[in-house]
Amino acid sequence: MNQTESNKQVYDAMVKEASPSSAIFMNSLRAFFVGGTICAIGEIIHSILTNVGLSRDDAGLVTGAVLIVTAILLTALGLYGKLGRFAGAGSIVPITGFANAIAAPAIEHKKEGLVIGLSAKMFVIAGPVIVYGTLASVIVGLIYYFVRS
Amino acid sequence: MMLKRKGVSSVKLSNPPSIISAATIVGEKEGEGPLSSYFDEISQDSLFGKETWEQAESELMRRTVELAVQKSGLKMEDIHYIFAGDLLNQTSGSVYGARSLGRPFFGLFGACSSMGSGMGLGAMMIDGGFAEYTIASASSHYCGAEKTFRFPLELGTQRTPTASWTVTGDGAVLLAANGDGPYVTAVTTGTIVDMGQKDVNNMGAAMAPAAADVIAKHFRDLALTPDYYDVIATGDLGTIGSDLLVQLLQQEGFDIKDRHQDCGVMIYDIEKQGVHAGGSGCGCCASVFAGYFYNKLKSGVIEKMLFVPTGALHSVVTIQQGETIPGIAHAVAIERTL
Repeated sequence: MNQTESNKQVYDAMVKEASPSSAIFMNSLRAFFVGGTICAIGEIIHSILTNVGLSRDDAGLVTGAVLIVTAILLTALGLYGKLGRFAGAGSIVPITGFANAIAAPAIEHKKEGLVIGLSAKMFVIAGPVIVYGTLASVIVGLIYYFVRS
Repeated sequence: MMLKRKGVSSVKLSNPPSIISAATIVGEKEGEGPLSSYFDEISQDSLFGKETWEQAESELMRRTVELAVQKSGLKMEDIHYIFAGDLLNQTSGSVYGARSLGRPFFGLFGACSSMGSGMGLGAMMIDGGFAEYTIASASSHYCGAEKTFRFPLELGTQRTPTASWTVTGDGAVLLAANGDGPYVTAVTTGTIVDMGQKDVNNMGAAMAPAAADVIAKHFRDLALTPDYYDVIATGDLGTIGSDLLVQLLQQEGFDIKDRHQDCGVMIYDIEKQGVHAGGSGCGCCASVFAGYFYNKLKSGVIEKMLFVPTGALHSVVTIQQGETIPGIAHAVAIERTL
């Protein structure tokens, strides 16, 4: 097999031709409905909480907590992974997906101990989100501070 | 001695060793596939009675090797060398599995081509007069492989249509200086072929050029044509890799389409079991060979076959650093009679 650059390009074209692409339309449709449903459930919880007298902000916090705990529970029961395989981005993007991304590696690496296993590895997927999320909010905050002044 | 050497990469064995027994233990999903009746044991317990996925794979390996010895009527002490490989870091699946076996051990890393390395080396070791009995084993475990190479099991992600499913299983064969076949008659050792593929979710595409390379070399070195073999069985290229292999060999002037089979395509019902491109992992072609093909060779349905396990030799770290995926494949010729 001649591994020259031009041969590699020819082969790459062959691979693209032979490889099926993801079912983007169906995946988007599933993501839309499952993601929408998760958010609708959040809205329902939020409405119930404001109706029983919580402030809008407090209700938001409690709603988030309820969704997170539910997602972790579903992850532990092996159900959130199944939902994710069906829904894709629909169950990754909401806050429940973030909870799943923390809980799944924690479960997986529990056998390597509570310190270097569970607690260190629980951030392997969500860690970058926290790092860059925090960084982005600092930058946006600084921009806001200077623009306003 | 050099009389055994043929062409650029092949050896033709002068006293072809016989495969006197073969054993296969697989997991539940593999047991639900179309080859279920060919496996010795289907474990419903994915932990194989152990605590962790890593221990489970070692237990699977140990039990399969013991079963291969038991089926041959020999004792473990009779085995001169064990060649074994798997996908876990530092081939720990095989190492911890062989720990209690107490036999001379060579750990191999050829990713999913390990069964080809093991059978090739085991056969050459016997033909060279260094051993009377050798064992080749290769194992993989879905959960251990996901943990090593991909994401945690419970992470809710989707697989791409080109991804493969790691087989939970081990196949072990026992090679002997004397026996009534099938015999390992020739071995073509693959070179590392890297055609610049980077998608770890399309390993068939990364490995197909290595398979095409070793098969073409095998034919040229031994002056054979594809119709010499009843079956040319690749180790787990899957559906996409298989297509590419046939095309690549066509370009080399070899038409294998009507006799090519791929262990990764065979082990699962691809549509029904939702495995996208098919099965993969060291245990895939090892269990399909030790289960299905060994049976067909023994019963005479297949007279001559070329067994070509294929491997993607990347590591998680090299891929994260932007490296491409090096592929390898080894061709082992197996014939029912001499």
